[in-house]
Amino acid sequence: MSARHSIDARQTFCPGPMMELIAALKEASIGDEVEVLSSDKGSADDIPAWTRKVGHHLVSSEDRGDHWAIVVRKMK
Amino acid sequence: MRAKILILGSGLAGTIIANGLCRRLGSELKGGEVAITVLGTTPRHLYQPGLLYIPFGRIREQELYREQKTVLDRRVNFIIDPAKRIDVEANRVETQSGKVLDYDYLVIATGSRLVPESIPGLKEGAHSFYDIEGARKLRAAIDAFDGGRIVVNVNAPHKCPVAPLEMTLMLDEHLNNRGLAGKFEITYTYPIGRLHALEPVATWVTPEFDRRGIRSQTFFNTAAVDPVARTISSEEGDTLPYDLLITIPPHRGAQVIEESGLGKGGWVPTNPKTLLRDGSTNVFVVGDTTNIPISKAGSTAHFQADTIIDNLSLLIQENRWARDYDGKVFCFIETGMNSGTYVWFNYTTPPRPSPPTQMVHWFKLAYNRMYWLSACGLL
Repeated sequence: MSARHSIDARQTFCPGPMMELIAALKEASIGDEVEVLSSDKGSADDIPAWTRKVGHHLVSSEDRGDHWAIVVRKMK
Repeated sequence: MRAKILILGSGLAGTIIANGLCRRLGSELKGGEVAITVLGTTPRHLYQPGLLYIPFGRIREQELYREQKTVLDRRVNFIIDPAKRIDVEANRVETQSGKVLDYDYLVIATGSRLVPESIPGLKEGAHSFYDIEGARKLRAAIDAFDGGRIVVNVNAPHKCPVAPLEMTLMLDEHLNNRGLAGKFEITYTYPIGRLHALEPVATWVTPEFDRRGIRSQTFFNTAAVDPVARTISSEEGDTLPYDLLITIPPHRGAQVIEESGLGKGGWVPTNPKTLLRDGSTNVFVVGDTTNIPISKAGSTAHFQADTIIDNLSLLIQENRWARDYDGKVFCFIETGMNSGTYVWFNYTTPPRPSPPTQMVHWFKLAYNRMYWLSACGLL
């Protein structure tokens, strides 16, 4: 049974949304989804680019005005 | 008795809280209304940031240690018997020796641990300076190094976020000072698409790396190390050869957290402002142990500890809340053997590193000794 994990990394500067996402994916099982909320505009570009490079699946990336909600599914 | 306070862990956070509570609750302790117990894992207290200097022979090992009993207030009941099982529903902790302790207030300060074994070949093929044995071995490896390819490899999650950059910059200067200029190359790997999690720090260090000829490989999440072929490869598909590999291993929280069902990866879900465990009103979580998405660093633990001292003492004395934690973090950054800078930030203020100076470096060296005043709760 796949699970959905959520990280609220808004207004956090270090280690930042993407490092939190990477750490969460390590703990997740294959098929699990991790949602990260980020107010860092770099995340909206960096996370999809990294997800493609490493071979996970970008489920969604939503601009919510003051932050982004990005969902990644662990594929390997 | 009005309150039995149990603190799990005798690292920086647990020690500062125990000492701070003794000062705030002096009359209650004297009257037997409050008792403070700390469960620790070791009789000696280690100043962890000092490990950075060991590989370069810049600090003596004995400067990093003090007997925990001499750091703790005498009114603290210090027991070397770590928690084996934490039951937050029954307000009870079982220790490894089988003792059962109940509490009115619990502070979880069990910290983080290195898990190099979670990446194939990393433990066998890489050096690390995040514990004393590793720092000693790295010192011997650096002393014996006479040229070649060095990889400084950073894994997530890890504590002390600037230490990998400090190691890289100090190592570059150290080897140049030894007359090895032109005979070595350093490649620094980082999990995300820039050289540091803090964007201003990454912006500052990128031209510094260029100036020194330090290479970098971003988007590098370690998949495996081959200690025989001396290569390190990433989940992203890149492979780097090395003659000397220095890693910052991935971390996990304490085993007792996972085994007690208190948090995946050993990180306890914690309110970022109150520092109370999610779902609890009498369980505080501090330092590396929380799942709060901020730096796992000594200063984080220190500022959180100060907040918990204020709140816990006032809850006992007046049954009211003092203040929330504002997310404050402060980090020195050694930028070589004779210069340093610093960053600070909180939940609302982004970091802005200043240009490195010799003065900040000297202050950092002074802090290496003043740390003991922090642990005692005096600074």
